[in-house]
Amino acid sequence: MTVHASRKARAVCAALLTFGTVAAAAAGCSSSGSSTAATSASGGGTYTFWDPYPQYNNTSDWAKLIASCGKKAGVTIKRTGFDTTALTTQSLLAAQQGKAPDILLVDNPVVSTLAKAGALTTTADNGLATGSVAPNILGAGVINGSTYGVPIGANTLALYYNPKILTQAHVDPASITNWASLTAALAKVKAIGKTGITFSGINTEEGSFQFLPWFWGAGANLTNLDSPQAVAALTLWTTWLKDGYAPNSVIQDTQTTAWQEFQTGNVAFAENGTWQKVGAATMGAKVIQIPAENGGAAPVPTGGEFFTIPIQKDTARYATSAKIVSCLSATSNIVKTDNTLNYIAPTKAGQQAQLSGDSTLSDWVSAVGVAKARTGDNLGTKYPVISQQMWTAVQKAESGAATPAAALAAAQSAAAAGLSK
Amino acid sequence: MTAEQSRTRSAVRPRGGQSRAGAAAAAPARGPRPPRPRVLRSTQWAAWGFLAPVVVYLGLFYAYPLYRNIDLSIRSYTVTSFVSGNAPFTGFANYRSIFASSTFAPALVNTAIFVFVSIGFQFAIGLALAVFFHRNFRLSGLLRALFLVPWLLPLLVSASTWSWMLNSDSGIVNAFLQALGLSQINWLTSPTWSLGAVLIANIWIGIPFNLVIMYSGLQSIPEDVFEAAAIDGAGGWQRFWRITFPLLRPVSAITLLLGFVYTLKVFDIIWIMTKGGPATSSTTLAIWSYQLSFGSLLPDFSSAAAVGNVLIIIAVIFALVYVRARHRLEAT
Repeated sequence: MTVHASRKARAVCAALLTFGTVAAAAAGCSSSGSSTAATSASGGGTYTFWDPYPQYNNTSDWAKLIASCGKKAGVTIKRTGFDTTALTTQSLLAAQQGKAPDILLVDNPVVSTLAKAGALTTTADNGLATGSVAPNILGAGVINGSTYGVPIGANTLALYYNPKILTQAHVDPASITNWASLTAALAKVKAIGKTGITFSGINTEEGSFQFLPWFWGAGANLTNLDSPQAVAALTLWTTWLKDGYAPNSVIQDTQTTAWQEFQTGNVAFAENGTWQKVGAATMGAKVIQIPAENGGAAPVPTGGEFFTIPIQKDTARYATSAKIVSCLSATSNIVKTDNTLNYIAPTKAGQQAQLSGDSTLSDWVSAVGVAKARTGDNLGTKYPVISQQMWTAVQKAESGAATPAAALAAAQSAAAAGLSK
Repeated sequence: MTAEQSRTRSAVRPRGGQSRAGAAAAAPARGPRPPRPRVLRSTQWAAWGFLAPVVVYLGLFYAYPLYRNIDLSIRSYTVTSFVSGNAPFTGFANYRSIFASSTFAPALVNTAIFVFVSIGFQFAIGLALAVFFHRNFRLSGLLRALFLVPWLLPLLVSASTWSWMLNSDSGIVNAFLQALGLSQINWLTSPTWSLGAVLIANIWIGIPFNLVIMYSGLQSIPEDVFEAAAIDGAGGWQRFWRITFPLLRPVSAITLLLGFVYTLKVFDIIWIMTKGGPATSSTTLAIWSYQLSFGSLLPDFSSAAAVGNVLIIIAVIFALVYVRARHRLEAT
């Protein structure tokens, strides 16, 4: 080969390389575009469904139920399970790119974020019926009078206890009716060499979720983080830590690690959720409702996801999406799903069906009955700002970096600044 | 310029058509040579063609994300404007806001402590171990391999293991302290100790990197230099300070720079062990940036991008300091 021919060959190779790179980039773009094309046809075709349950594969009952509801609506459903934290960001990005899924199942406090982003349709737009859903469970989906979805079910928090330890410590669980009687029980447990209580006081949303029953149980309001009632709630937690009723690790415990401590059999009480009821039954643990400061059951925050229908360019798709959601949330289906997910059904009919199958759920049905949405009271997207300052204050007080009053005063000031941005 | 370099340049210039003077000088000897535009063009095309994949790669994966990050930081992106794309231009308002935030000062101080203490200990211990293993005693290969274990483990595993070991109530470290009659330390849950706890884990993780680089640097120092020094009566300590340390200076500089950039962006170890807490006691700029973006239910992408850019600027400043120091070193 001559030098000239060699140069020519190099030039051709280079051109091919360049073309290849550009073509690859174009293919990358077009491949995402083609998926949109495949899902944009209304009347039959493929509908996309995102949920936060990556643990369920295509052979699970959940996946089969989704497929069957799609079939009833005359479409094929392409389901994708995301990690619950990643789902918020994925949903925002998808909305930004105009590639939102047809149906999105998201954690209830995220509904207000996505609604504010303008990514969701209201039930008035999409035709979903919400009539029989309990108003306190539906609350997380109601923003400024508009409803943005329907709940799949609800979970909440309660106080699990280890009957063996309470018997040894001569504590009658029925005697625990307010903070004073609970603290007295913890003192008795400590006296026999056991740990009183575990909870999650971590500096994430989980920390706020766990603190809310005590915060609301003192009569405090999320719009006033440094009220005397709020200080009383935080003082309760810090006193438990100082007096050795709660282990120091609660400051960084997630709900899972706090539960693992309870499962060691050395802890009398654990504040934890509906999702642990199977594990609790295995170890013989029982449950009572979290007491308010002066007696009665404290309001507890609702957990659980909402079916939402994101905004689409082709609005004709909403009708089919609504049909699929209605099928998934029909009493017979939702009871089965909620039993699998350890949720309490959002409707009276569903709760009755669950109770008839398992009467031990009555405590949880009662707990969900007094639960309230974190984003409720028309807080909407104000809640995340307030919550972040609340968990920061809880951390400061628990770790001794500040007194409860000082930590909450700083939180209130920071939350006000954050909300005024 | 060496004679070889000079020869190479004079050979290249006329062919590439870059030096008219060179072409003119060659003309009287060889006679007038008409330019070869076709060859010229194909050579240039070849050059651009081979360059294009790199340029496209750099543009797509480095320049564009950096541009987007800067753009994010000078606009007010709420969740609404993130979706609609109508984020108003706000100039340096996000930067002013993060500098005025009560989290900025502790995050900056924590970042400085975390970075300098980490690389200080990692470098000193890595160098000491490299010198130790340079002797090549029996089983030194096996021992050196064992020291690499922290480097091989996924960070998630390392950080979780440290988290368990440093647990206040059931961690092995506190059990050991209590066995010695000392009181329990709340490593991860005390504002006094949390930064120290993540530092210990990070130093442990970073030692193998320093060991490997410094060990390979030591291999490049000729043995006869040490032998000559020994004959001249230099002791071990003198050999280290007068031979090993000065000759390792170029390797040390790049190790420290890489260590600096790597440590500046450390996120996973801190997030797994303390999540930046309690309160802000172990929050670094990297952790703060993540918290702003993904730590709450309401992402604040613009402020997070501003914090991220501050981190980039710090890294660039230190890289420039390194380049300048290197030039000075080469000049001497």
